Amino acid sequence: MTAGRRLALALGGLGLILLAVAAVSLFVGSAGLSPGAVARALTGRAGAESVEAIVTLHLRLPRVLAAMLAGGALAVAGVAFQGLTRNPLAEPSILGVSSGAAFGVVLAQIFGLGLSALEALGVATFAFAGALLAAVAVYSIARVPGGLSIQTLLLGGVIVGIFFTSAITVLISIVDFNRLGGVVHWLLGNLAPIPAGALALFAMLALLGFWLVLRHARELNLLALGEEAAVQLGVDAERLKRRVFLAAALLTGTVVAFTGPIGFVGLVVPHLLRGLLGQDNRLLVPTALVAGGIFLLAADTLARNVVAPAELSVGVITSFCGAPFFVYLLRTRYRASL
Amino acid sequence: MSALVEFAEVAFGYPPAERPRARGFQLTGVSFAIEAGEVFGVIGPNSAGKTTLLRLLTRVLTPGRGEVRLDGRPLGRLAHAELARQIAVVPQEAPRPFPFSVEQLVLMGRYPHGPGRFFESGEDRALAVAAMEATGVLHLAALPLERLSGGERQRAMLARALAQQPRLLVLDEPTSHLDLRYQAETAALLRRLNVEGGMTVLLVSHDLNLAAEVCDRLLLLGDGRVARVGAPADVLRREVLETVFGCAVVVDVNPASGRPVVQVAWPDRGEPARGGEAHRSHA
Repeated sequence: MTAGRRLALALGGLGLILLAVAAVSLFVGSAGLSPGAVARALTGRAGAESVEAIVTLHLRLPRVLAAMLAGGALAVAGVAFQGLTRNPLAEPSILGVSSGAAFGVVLAQIFGLGLSALEALGVATFAFAGALLAAVAVYSIARVPGGLSIQTLLLGGVIVGIFFTSAITVLISIVDFNRLGGVVHWLLGNLAPIPAGALALFAMLALLGFWLVLRHARELNLLALGEEAAVQLGVDAERLKRRVFLAAALLTGTVVAFTGPIGFVGLVVPHLLRGLLGQDNRLLVPTALVAGGIFLLAADTLARNVVAPAELSVGVITSFCGAPFFVYLLRTRYRASL
Repeated sequence: MSALVEFAEVAFGYPPAERPRARGFQLTGVSFAIEAGEVFGVIGPNSAGKTTLLRLLTRVLTPGRGEVRLDGRPLGRLAHAELARQIAVVPQEAPRPFPFSVEQLVLMGRYPHGPGRFFESGEDRALAVAAMEATGVLHLAALPLERLSGGERQRAMLARALAQQPRLLVLDEPTSHLDLRYQAETAALLRRLNVEGGMTVLLVSHDLNLAAEVCDRLLLLGDGRVARVGAPADVLRREVLETVFGCAVVVDVNPASGRPVVQVAWPDRGEPARGGEAHRSHA
């Protein structure tokens, strides 16, 4: 079967799963709406001021969309970082890039930027700059002649992550806590409903990042052979790395700006897909967008309902899945390369 | 005959930070030309600059001084993909971290012929199949690279280079992982590509005897300079080799091909049959 047909098949299957998970997510929740009430709200037969319309259309639906976007963007960022570093364990949170973005967001909040569409663009810019700063720092730490070593890359990520987390703590300590009321909850990663304008901006930035990575998916395959081999096969490796680096930082920064630093999605989802589809980035990048959405949507549905009427942060769920998964990978598949 | 590749006074040194122990320049003022249609060999001791020369030719590195030209045009003026349509490299080692299949690897050789394409075309796939058939790895097409033996992996890399349809095929230590049968088959394939396909071949090797058998002309590198260029019989001479390699050697003639055969004159094995003078002079 050619790569194109495998991609179409995988996307079809994943799309159906995504629809199913989205439906479940819309129909369950602490408000205890009946399925009939949710269906009425979705089809516009409920009054605009009715409970089911507000809960379904203004609370659950934006949340479902945000989860799909955030999960997809993080998974694509994971594939991009893995291709760039030629390290299958690379991922925005492990590399400390999420922490850099979070630092940018806290800084933006101190300047008083909120979630109106224009201000959200400012927040996203700060997050992007923070992500880029952290990514460049990790990259320079881990770079040795002839490539990047797995160990120093992971260590560098930990260290950059700790640095930016400390910097966030400093900011929170010196600024009036009331101005940063939501920040602690936000730092755990959560998908509280986002205003429609900000959500549209979120979608635009995430899809821009996705499109940039997708355009270079074939070249990322060649880069996996090593930089020298990629150049000898006709890839402008320097330009490729620059562009994908920017795209991955954009994806990470965008997600962190709108939902907080949610960890491990970029590790778990690409790995499951690699097991299913192999190493071709042309298959991994588009399927990661959909499968990342499925994963985070399922995690968020769990987070909303497992301790209802209270709520867990979705970042807690992904970390509970991701951390053991990371250890498992480290102890089994990548033992030899450490 | 016209020069396909020209090195004009090319010098290159790694930055001190990247190679703290390297002395000064790796290559100093190297000039030579590879003619279209010939089989050209680059030989020399370890760290003489063979790999550096190969990287300069494929634009992985840029010369510090001088110029590398393809068809008279400086490499810097060619787009990356354009260069990869002209020159293909079979590297020594296949990469490890991501387990691509043989077919995926060979299809990567089609990238420079359609860099804007997302998936390969039907023609690309047909050419990849032909390349795998030519190097005898078609039956391994679906296997991940890491499951192959060293020799199979090298033939897969050769198939990838053939899929590039280059004018110049560069082989870096081509037979290091191949057993005798595949060495012979690879040599025969190279000859066929060269004679029937008109492909120019550049062989980089420290196997002097392989180079002597296969190549029309040889370039002997010593310590970053051209020690000698010419026909195998002119380059593989005892006094030249002993200066460059710094050890005593014996040069014979292969009775079948009439090409030179080089051996180390092993010390302390009693009186050697030939090259005794050389042995004594270095004792």
